[in-house]
Amino acid sequence: MALASVLQSESVDFSNYGRQRHGFASGLYEAELGLESVGGDRLSFALSTSCSNEDGPDRKIEFLHGTTTLAFKFQHGVIVAVDSRATAGSYIASQTVKKVIEINPYLLGTMAGGAADCSFWERLLARQCRVYELRNKERISVAAASKLLANMVYQYKGMGLSMGTMVCGWDKTGPGLYYVDSEGNRVCGDLFAVGSGSMYAYGIVDSGLKQKDLTVEEACDLGRRAIYQATYRDAYSGGQVNLYHVHSEGWTRVSQSDVLMLHQQYQAEKA
Amino acid sequence: MAARYDRAITVFSPDGHLFQVEYAQEAVKKGSTAVGIRGKDIVVLGVVKKSVAKLQEERTVRKICALDDHVCMVFAGLTADARIVINRARVECQSHRLTVEDPVTVEYITRHIATLKQRYTQSNGRRPFGISALIVGFDCDGTPRLYQTDPSGTYHAWKANAIGRSAKTVREFLEKNYTEESIATDNESIKLAIKALLEVVQSGGKNIELAVIRRNQSLKLLESKEIETLVTEIEKEKEEEAEKKKQKKST
Repeated sequence: MALASVLQSESVDFSNYGRQRHGFASGLYEAELGLESVGGDRLSFALSTSCSNEDGPDRKIEFLHGTTTLAFKFQHGVIVAVDSRATAGSYIASQTVKKVIEINPYLLGTMAGGAADCSFWERLLARQCRVYELRNKERISVAAASKLLANMVYQYKGMGLSMGTMVCGWDKTGPGLYYVDSEGNRVCGDLFAVGSGSMYAYGIVDSGLKQKDLTVEEACDLGRRAIYQATYRDAYSGGQVNLYHVHSEGWTRVSQSDVLMLHQQYQAEKA
Repeated sequence: MAARYDRAITVFSPDGHLFQVEYAQEAVKKGSTAVGIRGKDIVVLGVVKKSVAKLQEERTVRKICALDDHVCMVFAGLTADARIVINRARVECQSHRLTVEDPVTVEYITRHIATLKQRYTQSNGRRPFGISALIVGFDCDGTPRLYQTDPSGTYHAWKANAIGRSAKTVREFLEKNYTEESIATDNESIKLAIKALLEVVQSGGKNIELAVIRRNQSLKLLESKEIETLVTEIEKEKEEEAEKKKQKKST
Protein backbone atom coordinates (compact mmCIF):
# COMPACT_ATOMS: atom_id res chain seq x y z
CA MET A 1 0.00 0.00 0.00
CA ALA A 2 3.05 2.23 0.29
CA LEU A 3 3.20 2.63 -3.47
CA ALA A 4 -0.47 3.54 -3.56
CA SER A 5 0.04 6.27 -1.01
CA VAL A 6 2.83 7.78 -3.12
CA LEU A 7 0.45 7.95 -6.06
CA GLN A 8 -2.96 9.65 -5.89
CA SER A 9 -3.85 9.47 -2.25
CA GLU A 10 -7.59 9.86 -2.80
CA SER A 11 -7.81 6.45 -4.36
CA VAL A 12 -6.25 4.90 -1.28
CA ASP A 13 -9.04 6.14 0.97
CA PHE A 14 -11.68 4.95 -1.39
CA SER A 15 -10.13 1.56 -1.93
CA ASN A 16 -10.34 0.92 1.81
CA TYR A 17 -13.91 2.15 1.73
CA GLY A 18 -14.63 -0.18 -1.15
CA ARG A 19 -13.22 -3.20 0.59
CA GLN A 20 -15.11 -2.74 3.81
CA ARG A 21 -18.50 -2.44 2.22
CA HIS A 22 -19.37 -5.58 0.34
CA GLY A 23 -21.74 -4.40 -2.29
CA PHE A 24 -19.55 -1.58 -3.59
CA ALA A 25 -17.64 -1.76 -6.81
CA SER A 26 -13.93 -1.89 -6.41
CA GLY A 27 -12.08 -1.31 -9.66
CA LEU A 28 -14.82 0.54 -11.46
CA TYR A 29 -15.54 2.85 -8.54
CA GLU A 30 -12.02 4.14 -8.55
CA ALA A 31 -11.81 4.24 -12.29
CA GLU A 32 -14.81 6.52 -12.32
CA LEU A 33 -13.32 8.75 -9.63
CA GLY A 34 -10.16 10.03 -11.21
CA LEU A 35 -11.71 10.82 -14.53
CA GLU A 36 -13.32 14.22 -14.76
CA SER A 37 -11.38 14.62 -17.95
CA VAL A 38 -13.69 12.30 -19.74
CA GLY A 39 -17.15 13.84 -20.02
CA GLY A 40 -20.25 12.49 -18.35
CA ASP A 41 -20.46 9.95 -21.12
CA ARG A 42 -20.47 6.70 -19.23
CA LEU A 43 -20.60 4.67 -22.38
CA SER A 44 -17.10 5.72 -23.37
CA PHE A 45 -14.54 3.86 -21.40
CA ALA A 46 -12.20 5.94 -19.30
CA LEU A 47 -8.55 6.63 -19.83
CA SER A 48 -6.45 4.04 -18.14
CA THR A 49 -4.82 5.84 -15.22
CA SER A 50 -2.50 4.25 -12.75
CA CYS A 51 -5.13 4.26 -10.00
CA SER A 52 -7.22 1.74 -11.84
CA ASN A 53 -4.43 -0.75 -11.44
CA GLU A 54 -3.62 0.11 -7.84
CA ASP A 55 -6.93 -1.17 -6.60
CA GLY A 56 -5.47 -3.11 -3.75
CA PRO A 57 -2.23 -4.86 -2.96
CA ASP A 58 -3.20 -8.04 -4.81
CA ARG A 59 -4.87 -6.56 -7.88
CA LYS A 60 -2.70 -6.65 -10.96
CA ILE A 61 -5.39 -6.82 -13.60
CA GLU A 62 -4.72 -5.22 -16.94
CA PHE A 63 -7.72 -3.22 -17.97
CA LEU A 64 -8.22 -2.65 -21.67
CA HIS A 65 -9.79 0.71 -21.08
CA GLY A 66 -7.02 1.95 -23.28
CA THR A 67 -8.35 0.69 -26.54
CA THR A 68 -10.38 1.58 -29.55
CA THR A 69 -13.10 -0.73 -30.77
CA LEU A 70 -15.82 0.24 -33.14
CA ALA A 71 -18.72 -1.31 -34.99
CA PHE A 72 -21.29 0.14 -37.35
CA LYS A 73 -24.22 -1.13 -39.37
CA PHE A 74 -24.50 -0.42 -43.05
CA GLN A 75 -26.44 -1.68 -46.02
CA HIS A 76 -24.53 -4.93 -46.35
CA GLY A 77 -24.19 -5.87 -42.70
CA VAL A 78 -21.95 -4.81 -39.84
CA ILE A 79 -18.31 -3.74 -39.88
CA VAL A 80 -16.30 -4.47 -36.74
CA ALA A 81 -12.86 -2.87 -36.38
CA VAL A 82 -10.56 -3.00 -33.36
CA ASP A 83 -7.00 -2.13 -32.43
CA SER A 84 -4.69 -4.57 -30.68
CA ARG A 85 -2.77 -2.75 -27.97
CA ALA A 86 -2.86 -3.62 -24.28
CA THR A 87 -1.41 -1.15 -21.78
CA ALA A 88 -0.69 -1.28 -18.08
CA GLY A 89 -0.31 2.35 -17.16
CA SER A 90 2.18 3.75 -19.65
CA TYR A 91 3.73 0.36 -20.33
CA ILE A 92 2.65 -1.27 -23.56
CA ALA A 93 2.01 -4.83 -22.50
CA SER A 94 1.17 -6.19 -25.93
CA GLN A 95 0.65 -5.05 -29.50
CA THR A 96 -1.07 -8.20 -30.66
CA VAL A 97 -4.16 -8.67 -28.54
CA LYS A 98 -7.22 -10.24 -30.13
CA LYS A 99 -10.05 -7.93 -29.16
CA VAL A 100 -12.72 -9.57 -31.25
CA ILE A 101 -14.22 -12.73 -29.80
CA GLU A 102 -15.86 -15.14 -32.21
CA ILE A 103 -18.92 -16.26 -30.29
CA ASN A 104 -20.19 -18.44 -33.12
CA PRO A 105 -20.06 -18.36 -36.93
CA TYR A 106 -22.58 -15.53 -37.11
CA LEU A 107 -22.02 -13.60 -33.86
CA LEU A 108 -19.04 -11.49 -32.84
CA GLY A 109 -18.20 -9.76 -29.57
CA THR A 110 -15.63 -7.01 -29.03
CA MET A 111 -13.48 -6.62 -25.98
CA ALA A 112 -12.96 -3.49 -23.89
CA GLY A 113 -12.33 -3.28 -20.18
CA GLY A 114 -11.03 -6.38 -18.43
CA ALA A 115 -9.72 -8.90 -20.93
CA ALA A 116 -10.49 -11.84 -18.67
CA ASP A 117 -14.01 -10.62 -17.95
CA CYS A 118 -14.76 -10.09 -21.62
CA SER A 119 -13.42 -13.37 -22.88
CA PHE A 120 -14.92 -15.41 -20.02
CA TRP A 121 -18.43 -14.02 -20.25
CA GLU A 122 -18.47 -14.11 -24.01
CA ARG A 123 -17.39 -17.75 -24.03
CA LEU A 124 -20.19 -18.44 -21.57
CA LEU A 125 -22.50 -16.59 -23.92
CA ALA A 126 -21.31 -18.84 -26.76
CA ARG A 127 -22.32 -21.86 -24.72
CA GLN A 128 -25.77 -20.42 -24.01
CA CYS A 129 -26.26 -19.56 -27.67
CA ARG A 130 -25.41 -23.09 -28.73
CA VAL A 131 -27.82 -24.59 -26.20
CA TYR A 132 -30.54 -22.25 -27.46
CA GLU A 133 -29.85 -23.36 -31.02
CA LEU A 134 -30.14 -27.02 -30.08
CA ARG A 135 -33.30 -26.58 -28.04
CA ASN A 136 -35.17 -24.36 -30.44
CA LYS A 137 -33.79 -25.65 -33.75
CA GLU A 138 -33.05 -22.15 -34.93
CA ARG A 139 -30.26 -19.63 -34.49
CA ILE A 140 -30.52 -17.21 -31.61
CA SER A 141 -31.27 -13.61 -32.52
CA VAL A 142 -28.71 -10.87 -31.80
CA ALA A 143 -31.22 -9.20 -29.49
CA ALA A 144 -31.63 -12.36 -27.46
CA ALA A 145 -27.89 -13.09 -27.32
CA SER A 146 -27.11 -9.58 -26.09
CA LYS A 147 -29.97 -9.85 -23.58
CA LEU A 148 -28.55 -13.10 -22.23
CA LEU A 149 -25.13 -11.51 -21.79
CA ALA A 150 -26.56 -8.39 -20.18
CA ASN A 151 -28.62 -10.43 -17.73
CA MET A 152 -25.64 -12.63 -16.87
CA VAL A 153 -23.37 -9.72 -15.95
CA TYR A 154 -26.13 -7.74 -14.27
CA GLN A 155 -26.14 -10.30 -11.50
CA TYR A 156 -22.56 -9.26 -10.76
CA LYS A 157 -23.24 -5.57 -10.90
CA GLY A 158 -21.22 -3.71 -8.32
CA MET A 159 -18.83 -6.60 -7.79
CA GLY A 160 -16.04 -5.25 -9.93
CA LEU A 161 -16.62 -6.69 -13.37
CA SER A 162 -15.30 -4.47 -16.11
CA MET A 163 -16.61 -5.22 -19.56
CA GLY A 164 -17.74 -3.09 -22.45
CA THR A 165 -18.62 -5.16 -25.45
CA MET A 166 -20.47 -4.84 -28.70
CA VAL A 167 -22.46 -7.89 -29.78
CA CYS A 168 -22.64 -7.91 -33.56
CA GLY A 169 -24.39 -10.37 -35.79
CA TRP A 170 -26.87 -11.13 -38.50
CA ASP A 171 -30.21 -12.78 -37.74
CA LYS A 172 -33.52 -13.17 -39.51
CA THR A 173 -34.36 -9.51 -38.91
CA GLY A 174 -31.13 -8.41 -40.62
CA PRO A 175 -27.91 -6.94 -39.16
CA GLY A 176 -27.86 -6.53 -35.39
CA LEU A 177 -25.59 -4.41 -33.19
CA TYR A 178 -25.90 -4.07 -29.42
CA TYR A 179 -23.64 -2.44 -26.85
CA VAL A 180 -23.55 -4.30 -23.52
CA ASP A 181 -21.48 -3.41 -20.48
CA SER A 182 -20.93 -4.54 -16.94
CA GLU A 183 -22.90 -1.57 -15.59
CA GLY A 184 -26.02 -3.13 -17.02
CA ASN A 185 -26.32 -0.93 -20.09
CA ARG A 186 -27.71 -2.61 -23.14
CA VAL A 187 -28.37 -0.39 -26.11
CA CYS A 188 -29.25 -1.11 -29.70
CA GLY A 189 -27.65 1.16 -32.25
CA ASP A 190 -26.20 1.70 -35.69
CA LEU A 191 -22.77 2.85 -34.58
CA PHE A 192 -20.69 2.38 -31.45
CA ALA A 193 -17.09 3.13 -30.54
CA VAL A 194 -15.72 2.07 -27.18
CA GLY A 195 -12.45 2.91 -25.46
CA SER A 196 -10.01 5.74 -24.92
CA GLY A 197 -9.66 6.32 -28.64
CA SER A 198 -13.37 6.22 -29.32
CA MET A 199 -13.79 9.96 -29.76
CA TYR A 200 -11.27 10.06 -32.59
CA ALA A 201 -12.88 7.07 -34.21
CA TYR A 202 -16.36 8.61 -33.97
CA GLY A 203 -15.08 11.66 -35.84
CA ILE A 204 -13.95 9.61 -38.82
CA VAL A 205 -16.94 7.29 -38.98
CA ASP A 206 -19.49 10.06 -38.51
CA SER A 207 -18.12 12.01 -41.44
CA GLY A 208 -17.64 8.92 -43.58
CA LEU A 209 -21.15 7.59 -43.01
CA LYS A 210 -22.74 10.76 -44.34
CA GLN A 211 -22.70 9.38 -47.83
CA LYS A 212 -25.29 6.60 -47.70
CA ASP A 213 -25.09 3.28 -49.53
CA LEU A 214 -21.51 2.34 -48.82
CA THR A 215 -20.13 -0.65 -50.63
CA VAL A 216 -18.42 -3.36 -48.63
CA GLU A 217 -15.02 -2.07 -49.77
CA GLU A 218 -15.81 1.50 -48.73
CA ALA A 219 -17.17 0.45 -45.38
CA CYS A 220 -14.10 -1.66 -44.61
CA ASP A 221 -11.89 1.25 -45.57
CA LEU A 222 -13.86 3.55 -43.31
CA GLY A 223 -13.54 1.22 -40.34
CA ARG A 224 -9.83 0.74 -40.94
CA ARG A 225 -9.28 4.44 -41.27
CA ALA A 226 -11.20 5.25 -38.12
CA ILE A 227 -9.13 2.87 -36.03
CA TYR A 228 -5.94 4.15 -37.62
CA GLN A 229 -6.83 7.75 -36.78
CA ALA A 230 -7.60 6.77 -33.22
CA THR A 231 -4.25 5.01 -32.86
CA TYR A 232 -2.57 8.06 -34.36
CA ARG A 233 -3.82 10.35 -31.62
CA ASP A 234 -4.48 8.05 -28.68
CA ALA A 235 -1.43 6.76 -26.88
CA TYR A 236 -3.29 3.76 -25.50
CA SER A 237 -4.37 2.40 -28.87
CA GLY A 238 -2.15 0.92 -31.53
CA GLY A 239 -0.72 -2.27 -32.92
CA GLN A 240 -2.84 -3.69 -35.73
CA VAL A 241 -6.29 -3.01 -37.05
CA ASN A 242 -8.37 -6.20 -37.09
CA LEU A 243 -11.34 -5.85 -39.39
CA TYR A 244 -14.38 -8.14 -39.60
CA HIS A 245 -17.45 -7.99 -41.79
CA VAL A 246 -20.72 -9.58 -40.62
CA HIS A 247 -23.10 -10.46 -43.43
CA SER A 248 -26.04 -12.74 -44.05
CA GLU A 249 -23.85 -15.85 -44.26
CA GLY A 250 -21.99 -15.07 -41.03
CA TRP A 251 -18.81 -13.16 -40.33
CA THR A 252 -15.60 -12.96 -42.36
CA ARG A 253 -12.22 -11.77 -41.20
CA VAL A 254 -11.45 -9.11 -43.75
CA SER A 255 -7.97 -7.95 -42.84
CA GLN A 256 -5.32 -7.41 -40.24
CA SER A 257 -3.26 -4.31 -41.00
CA ASP A 258 -0.35 -2.96 -39.03
CA VAL A 259 -0.99 0.66 -38.09
CA LEU A 260 2.47 1.78 -39.16
CA MET A 261 1.92 0.28 -42.62
CA LEU A 262 -1.41 2.09 -42.84
CA HIS A 263 0.32 5.29 -41.84
CA GLN A 264 2.77 5.02 -44.71
CA GLN A 265 -0.03 4.10 -47.08
CA TYR A 266 -2.17 7.08 -46.15
CA GLN A 267 0.79 9.44 -46.24
CA ALA A 268 1.60 8.27 -49.74
CA GLU A 269 -2.01 8.84 -50.78
CA LYS A 270 -1.89 12.38 -49.47
CA ALA A 271 1.14 13.21 -51.53
CA MET B 1 -44.70 -39.58 9.34
CA ALA B 2 -42.86 -37.13 7.13
CA ALA B 3 -40.89 -39.99 5.62
CA ARG B 4 -44.05 -41.21 3.87
CA TYR B 5 -44.29 -38.06 1.77
CA ASP B 6 -40.69 -38.20 0.68
CA ARG B 7 -41.37 -41.08 -1.60
CA ALA B 8 -42.32 -40.37 -5.16
CA ILE B 9 -45.98 -41.01 -5.74
CA THR B 10 -45.33 -41.91 -9.34
CA VAL B 11 -43.28 -45.09 -9.18
CA PHE B 12 -42.75 -47.78 -11.78
CA SER B 13 -44.83 -50.92 -11.64
CA PRO B 14 -43.11 -54.27 -12.18
CA ASP B 15 -44.16 -54.36 -15.81
CA GLY B 16 -42.94 -50.85 -16.56
CA HIS B 17 -46.12 -48.77 -16.19
CA LEU B 18 -46.46 -45.49 -14.37
CA PHE B 19 -49.86 -46.12 -12.91
CA GLN B 20 -50.35 -42.63 -11.55
CA VAL B 21 -49.85 -41.23 -15.02
CA GLU B 22 -52.28 -43.73 -16.47
CA TYR B 23 -54.84 -42.92 -13.81
CA ALA B 24 -54.35 -39.26 -14.65
CA GLN B 25 -55.14 -40.09 -18.27
CA GLU B 26 -58.34 -41.74 -17.01
CA ALA B 27 -59.21 -38.50 -15.24
CA VAL B 28 -58.74 -36.71 -18.55
CA LYS B 29 -61.20 -39.07 -20.21
CA LYS B 30 -63.84 -37.90 -17.75
CA GLY B 31 -63.53 -34.28 -18.84
CA SER B 32 -65.78 -32.69 -21.44
CA THR B 33 -64.79 -33.10 -25.06
CA ALA B 34 -62.60 -30.54 -26.74
CA VAL B 35 -61.54 -30.38 -30.37
CA GLY B 36 -58.82 -28.46 -32.17
CA ILE B 37 -58.44 -27.94 -35.90
CA ARG B 38 -55.54 -26.43 -37.81
CA GLY B 39 -56.74 -24.67 -40.94
CA LYS B 40 -54.72 -22.74 -43.49
CA ASP B 41 -55.16 -19.24 -42.10
CA ILE B 42 -57.11 -20.05 -38.98
CA VAL B 43 -56.95 -22.33 -35.96
CA VAL B 44 -60.17 -23.40 -34.27
CA LEU B 45 -60.84 -24.66 -30.77
CA GLY B 46 -64.20 -26.07 -29.72
CA VAL B 47 -65.45 -27.33 -26.39
CA VAL B 48 -68.62 -28.98 -25.17
CA LYS B 49 -69.97 -26.68 -22.51
CA LYS B 50 -70.82 -28.27 -19.22
CA SER B 51 -74.42 -27.40 -18.37
CA VAL B 52 -74.37 -24.82 -15.60
CA ALA B 53 -76.61 -24.88 -12.59
CA LYS B 54 -79.52 -22.45 -12.55
CA LEU B 55 -77.97 -20.00 -10.11
CA GLN B 56 -74.44 -20.25 -11.52
CA GLU B 57 -73.02 -17.41 -13.59
CA GLU B 58 -72.14 -18.87 -16.92
CA ARG B 59 -69.18 -16.69 -17.71
CA THR B 60 -66.95 -17.93 -14.89
CA VAL B 61 -66.60 -21.35 -16.47
CA ARG B 62 -64.27 -20.80 -19.41
CA LYS B 63 -62.30 -23.67 -20.78
CA ILE B 64 -60.67 -21.86 -23.69
CA CYS B 65 -57.89 -19.59 -22.43
CA ALA B 66 -55.49 -17.23 -24.14
CA LEU B 67 -51.84 -17.74 -23.20
CA ASP B 68 -50.65 -14.75 -25.23
CA ASP B 69 -51.92 -12.68 -28.15
CA HIS B 70 -51.14 -15.40 -30.65
CA VAL B 71 -51.48 -18.64 -28.64
CA CYS B 72 -54.39 -20.17 -26.81
CA MET B 73 -55.27 -23.52 -25.30
CA VAL B 74 -58.17 -25.68 -24.25
CA PHE B 75 -57.95 -28.50 -21.73
CA ALA B 76 -59.79 -31.61 -20.65
CA GLY B 77 -59.61 -32.96 -17.13
CA LEU B 78 -59.24 -31.40 -13.69
CA THR B 79 -60.10 -27.70 -13.93
CA ALA B 80 -58.06 -26.80 -10.85
CA ASP B 81 -54.92 -28.40 -12.26
CA ALA B 82 -55.50 -26.59 -15.53
CA ARG B 83 -55.61 -23.24 -13.78
CA ILE B 84 -52.09 -23.80 -12.43
CA VAL B 85 -50.70 -24.91 -15.75
CA ILE B 86 -52.31 -21.98 -17.57
CA ASN B 87 -50.90 -19.50 -15.06
CA ARG B 88 -47.38 -20.88 -15.44
CA ALA B 89 -47.68 -20.87 -19.21
CA ARG B 90 -48.87 -17.27 -19.26
CA VAL B 91 -45.94 -16.17 -17.10
CA GLU B 92 -43.52 -18.08 -19.32
CA CYS B 93 -44.89 -16.39 -22.43
CA GLN B 94 -44.07 -13.00 -20.93
CA SER B 95 -40.69 -14.10 -19.57
CA HIS B 96 -39.76 -15.29 -23.02
CA ARG B 97 -40.75 -11.93 -24.48
CA LEU B 98 -38.55 -10.25 -21.88
CA THR B 99 -35.39 -12.34 -22.27
CA VAL B 100 -35.53 -13.07 -25.97
CA GLU B 101 -37.45 -9.98 -27.19
CA ASP B 102 -39.64 -12.20 -29.33
CA PRO B 103 -43.05 -13.82 -28.78
CA VAL B 104 -43.02 -17.54 -27.99
CA THR B 105 -43.44 -20.06 -30.74
CA VAL B 106 -46.31 -22.48 -30.18
CA GLU B 107 -43.80 -25.31 -30.02
CA TYR B 108 -41.79 -23.56 -27.31
CA ILE B 109 -44.69 -22.98 -24.99
CA THR B 110 -45.97 -26.50 -25.59
CA ARG B 111 -42.54 -27.83 -24.71
CA HIS B 112 -42.54 -25.73 -21.57
CA ILE B 113 -45.93 -27.05 -20.49
CA ALA B 114 -44.92 -30.61 -21.30
CA THR B 115 -41.68 -30.25 -19.32
CA LEU B 116 -43.68 -28.90 -16.40
CA LYS B 117 -46.02 -31.89 -16.55
CA GLN B 118 -43.13 -34.34 -16.77
CA ARG B 119 -41.48 -32.78 -13.75
CA TYR B 120 -44.56 -33.61 -11.71
CA THR B 121 -44.28 -37.26 -12.71
CA GLN B 122 -40.80 -37.41 -11.23
CA SER B 123 -41.01 -35.37 -8.06
CA ASN B 124 -41.32 -36.20 -4.41
CA GLY B 125 -44.77 -36.32 -3.02
CA ARG B 126 -46.47 -34.82 -6.05
CA ARG B 127 -49.04 -36.31 -8.34
CA PRO B 128 -49.16 -35.70 -12.09
CA PHE B 129 -51.41 -32.97 -13.54
CA GLY B 130 -54.74 -34.45 -14.53
CA ILE B 131 -55.19 -32.56 -17.77
CA SER B 132 -54.56 -32.90 -21.46
CA ALA B 133 -54.22 -29.70 -23.38
CA LEU B 134 -54.66 -28.64 -26.99
CA ILE B 135 -52.45 -25.66 -27.71
CA VAL B 136 -53.01 -23.69 -30.90
CA GLY B 137 -51.62 -20.57 -32.40
CA PHE B 138 -49.53 -18.94 -35.09
CA ASP B 139 -45.75 -18.61 -35.07
CA CYS B 140 -43.98 -15.35 -35.98
CA ASP B 141 -43.61 -16.53 -39.56
CA GLY B 142 -47.35 -17.07 -39.89
CA THR B 143 -47.48 -20.88 -39.75
CA PRO B 144 -50.50 -22.23 -37.87
CA ARG B 145 -49.77 -24.90 -35.27
CA LEU B 146 -51.73 -27.35 -33.13
CA TYR B 147 -50.11 -29.38 -30.35
CA GLN B 148 -51.49 -31.79 -27.81
CA THR B 149 -49.95 -32.54 -24.40
CA ASP B 150 -50.96 -35.23 -21.95
CA PRO B 151 -50.32 -35.95 -18.26
CA SER B 152 -47.18 -37.94 -18.96
CA GLY B 153 -45.48 -34.88 -20.39
CA THR B 154 -45.31 -35.91 -24.03
CA TYR B 155 -46.41 -33.59 -26.80
CA HIS B 156 -47.15 -34.05 -30.47
CA ALA B 157 -48.16 -31.86 -33.35
CA TRP B 158 -51.50 -32.59 -34.97
CA LYS B 159 -53.55 -31.38 -37.92
CA ALA B 160 -56.72 -31.94 -35.93
CA ASN B 161 -57.35 -33.68 -32.63
CA ALA B 162 -59.82 -34.18 -29.82
CA ILE B 163 -59.43 -34.79 -26.10
CA GLY B 164 -61.80 -35.65 -23.29
CA ARG B 165 -64.87 -37.77 -22.94
CA SER B 166 -65.66 -38.97 -26.47
CA ALA B 167 -62.32 -38.15 -27.96
CA LYS B 168 -62.13 -41.40 -29.88
CA THR B 169 -65.41 -40.85 -31.70
CA VAL B 170 -64.52 -37.30 -32.57
CA ARG B 171 -61.05 -38.26 -33.73
CA GLU B 172 -62.46 -40.94 -36.01
CA PHE B 173 -64.88 -38.40 -37.46
CA LEU B 174 -61.99 -36.02 -38.07
CA GLU B 175 -59.87 -38.71 -39.69
CA LYS B 176 -62.67 -39.30 -42.18
CA ASN B 177 -63.56 -35.69 -42.79
CA TYR B 178 -60.36 -33.66 -42.48
CA THR B 179 -59.40 -33.03 -46.10
CA GLU B 180 -57.76 -30.17 -47.95
CA GLU B 181 -61.22 -29.02 -49.09
CA SER B 182 -62.73 -29.15 -45.64
CA ILE B 183 -60.21 -26.59 -44.36
CA ALA B 184 -60.05 -24.57 -47.57
CA THR B 185 -61.64 -21.49 -46.02
CA ASP B 186 -61.91 -20.16 -42.50
CA ASN B 187 -65.64 -20.77 -42.44
CA GLU B 188 -65.22 -24.36 -43.54
CA SER B 189 -62.68 -25.02 -40.78
CA ILE B 190 -65.06 -23.63 -38.15
CA LYS B 191 -67.90 -25.73 -39.55
CA LEU B 192 -65.72 -28.82 -39.42
CA ALA B 193 -65.09 -28.21 -35.72
CA ILE B 194 -68.80 -27.78 -35.05
CA LYS B 195 -69.66 -30.87 -37.06
CA ALA B 196 -67.13 -32.86 -35.07
CA LEU B 197 -68.62 -31.74 -31.77
CA LEU B 198 -72.20 -32.29 -32.96
CA GLU B 199 -71.32 -35.96 -33.21
CA VAL B 200 -71.08 -36.21 -29.46
CA VAL B 201 -73.07 -33.37 -28.01
CA GLN B 202 -76.73 -33.86 -27.19
CA SER B 203 -78.63 -30.64 -27.53
CA GLY B 204 -76.95 -29.02 -30.53
CA GLY B 205 -75.40 -25.59 -30.77
CA LYS B 206 -76.40 -24.40 -27.31
CA ASN B 207 -73.77 -26.53 -25.62
CA ILE B 208 -70.83 -25.68 -27.86
CA GLU B 209 -68.23 -23.05 -27.12
CA LEU B 210 -65.99 -22.04 -30.00
CA ALA B 211 -62.90 -19.87 -30.34
CA VAL B 212 -60.71 -18.98 -33.29
CA ILE B 213 -57.36 -17.35 -33.88
CA ARG B 214 -56.69 -15.87 -37.29
CA ARG B 215 -53.22 -14.95 -38.46
CA ASN B 216 -52.03 -11.69 -36.81
CA GLN B 217 -55.20 -11.41 -34.76
CA SER B 218 -55.90 -12.35 -31.18
CA LEU B 219 -58.22 -14.97 -29.79
CA LYS B 220 -61.88 -14.47 -30.63
CA LEU B 221 -64.68 -16.30 -28.89
CA LEU B 222 -67.68 -16.87 -31.12
CA GLU B 223 -71.00 -15.69 -29.79
CA SER B 224 -73.80 -18.18 -29.36
CA LYS B 225 -75.75 -16.43 -32.14
CA GLU B 226 -72.93 -17.05 -34.61
CA ILE B 227 -72.68 -20.67 -33.53
CA GLU B 228 -76.43 -21.10 -33.96
CA THR B 229 -76.24 -19.67 -37.47
CA LEU B 230 -73.47 -22.06 -38.38
CA VAL B 231 -75.31 -25.02 -36.86
CA THR B 232 -78.40 -24.23 -38.94
CA GLU B 233 -76.17 -23.98 -42.03
CA ILE B 234 -74.68 -27.37 -41.26
CA GLU B 235 -78.09 -28.94 -40.76
CA LYS B 236 -79.31 -27.50 -44.06
CA GLU B 237 -76.27 -28.95 -45.81
CA LYS B 238 -76.95 -32.31 -44.22
CA GLU B 239 -80.52 -32.25 -45.46
CA GLU B 240 -79.43 -31.33 -48.94
CA GLU B 241 -76.94 -34.21 -48.92
CA ALA B 242 -79.67 -36.58 -47.77
CA GLU B 243 -81.99 -35.29 -50.53
CA LYS B 244 -79.33 -35.84 -53.19
CA LYS B 245 -78.73 -39.37 -52.02
CA LYS B 246 -82.45 -40.12 -52.12
CA GLN B 247 -82.71 -38.82 -55.65
CA LYS B 248 -79.73 -40.88 -56.76
CA LYS B 249 -81.28 -43.98 -55.30
CA SER B 250 -84.61 -43.43 -56.91
CA THR B 251 -83.18 -42.84 -60.41
